Amino acid sequence: MTARITPRNAAVVALLIILALVPVYCALTGGTFALSLFTRIVIFALAAVALNLVMGFGGMVSFGHAAFLGLGGYTVGILAKEGVGSGFVQWPLALLVSALFALGVGALSLRTRGVYFIMITLAFAQMAYYVASGLDRYGGDDGLTIYHRSTFAGVIDLSNKTQFYYLCLALLIAAVYLVSRLVNSRFGLVIQGARSNERRMRALGFPTFRYKLTCFVISGVLCGLAGVLLANHTDFISPAIMHWTRSGDLIVMAVLGGMGTVMGPVIGAVTLLLLEEGLSRVTEYWPIILGPLILLVVLFARGGIDGVLARPGRG
Amino acid sequence: MAEPLLRIESLAKQFGGITASDDITLSLEPGELHAVIGPNGAGKTTLISQLAGEIPPDAGQVFFAGHDITALRPDRRAARGLARSFQITSLFPDFTALDNVALAVQAQAGHSFRFWRDARRDPALREPARAALAGVGLGDRADTIVSAMSHGEHRQLELAMALATKPRLLLLDEPMAGLGPEESARVVTLLRGLKGSLAILLIEHDMDAVFALADRITVLFYGRIIASGTPDAIRADAEVRRAYLGPAAGGRDG
Repeated sequence: MTARITPRNAAVVALLIILALVPVYCALTGGTFALSLFTRIVIFALAAVALNLVMGFGGMVSFGHAAFLGLGGYTVGILAKEGVGSGFVQWPLALLVSALFALGVGALSLRTRGVYFIMITLAFAQMAYYVASGLDRYGGDDGLTIYHRSTFAGVIDLSNKTQFYYLCLALLIAAVYLVSRLVNSRFGLVIQGARSNERRMRALGFPTFRYKLTCFVISGVLCGLAGVLLANHTDFISPAIMHWTRSGDLIVMAVLGGMGTVMGPVIGAVTLLLLEEGLSRVTEYWPIILGPLILLVVLFARGGIDGVLARPGRG
Repeated sequence: MAEPLLRIESLAKQFGGITASDDITLSLEPGELHAVIGPNGAGKTTLISQLAGEIPPDAGQVFFAGHDITALRPDRRAARGLARSFQITSLFPDFTALDNVALAVQAQAGHSFRFWRDARRDPALREPARAALAGVGLGDRADTIVSAMSHGEHRQLELAMALATKPRLLLLDEPMAGLGPEESARVVTLLRGLKGSLAILLIEHDMDAVFALADRITVLFYGRIIASGTPDAIRADAEVRRAYLGPAAGGRDG
């Protein structure tokens, strides 16, 4: 297929250009608020893209993906407190921890489906939440301040907010590209086939469990990476990052933006967090406006915002 | 005596108080087309599901190519060359017809832990899939989304997918259910062409098709085999006529 100029493609390109120009805007106006806001948006977009790999393409509705944000973040925070500041150590370890957690949770939860899968992933995330709350040495409920961001000696300076933002954006784009390759590969078609009709997949000869588990681990690692970035962004980590409402936020981002495509969750994350930001300035009762808006999208735009944009292009 | 391709020994299955399979023993030779007929509720689909590995039998064994496969999972059986089609169409509705068949090809093309290359542009998957589609007469419908296809086309697609896994034994659960006369005739022609190159266990209510195609026919009645033999022998069998082929018969499964 050749790339055509559809409203959707135009919107995606415009979105990327805007994201790329955020630091320029901040440099011109002298403020840093927008940079901080958009760093947060880009990080959550990465987490939503990760979630959507299992949820949108794999049909596995994980209600516990915030646990990976916490695992990634706490690995960075704990290592930093123990004097290990190098990102070359922190980051691979954080991804490894996320992968192992995903392997364990996935191996158990993927034996169930539907609402049971949702509840088990939620239960594991809550366990992680309470374990973090009990880590008295690392702040317990109050959380842990991270005094030094991960250091990558000679490569990149994360305490430089512009450099950090571009790193987050680059990782988001890399993740989007990775996932878009993944979902169209043989592996990705097996995952999508299992979402659509798992019984048929087995009858064809696919041992679906191991593919779904692999998908869950990849998603967990990507989400763990978002957690690493988030901890570095806020210079702080607390159990709240793993609260079940965070997992819910990620699901809303994916559904709002559109689960059918790789870019959908990015659009959803940008929309949701900007709306939150904007509406909370208008009224402190902003969820009363946001809630019905999300409801409208779910009811009338099945493919999310991305689906609406794509519709005219499909003809 | 040479080992048959499929050997079923004393298979038994009960659902609550209902006996779906009662001491079923039968075998299939390579290349044979063996039809299983019987009235509604005779346990035909249950038999296929046990052979495919989706329902575990209460007792009895299933041997495929000399190996006991009674405890194998469906995907393992499929990997050994046992393919099934479904009575109630079971496809991937969001995918195109070609995507559906290509998945079947992929199932037999080694593991699918391949993460990078676009599988929809992989000739090793697409070419055999196109050939299988053309084989069932759906060559010009390759790029149609399955949910937009007709019932008759779905039945043909089921067949193409089962064939694309290159099975040694094909379990067909009413491949002609809901087909018009023209489409049925096409399936009969297709099955006749396949006969000899692979073994087929056929469940079908279309008696004209069954008697035209089958090498042997087994008649199930409330889970029990009441007759098994050549089409001529079955036609002449008094008990079969009374139980099934007689004037009172003629119902169809839903």
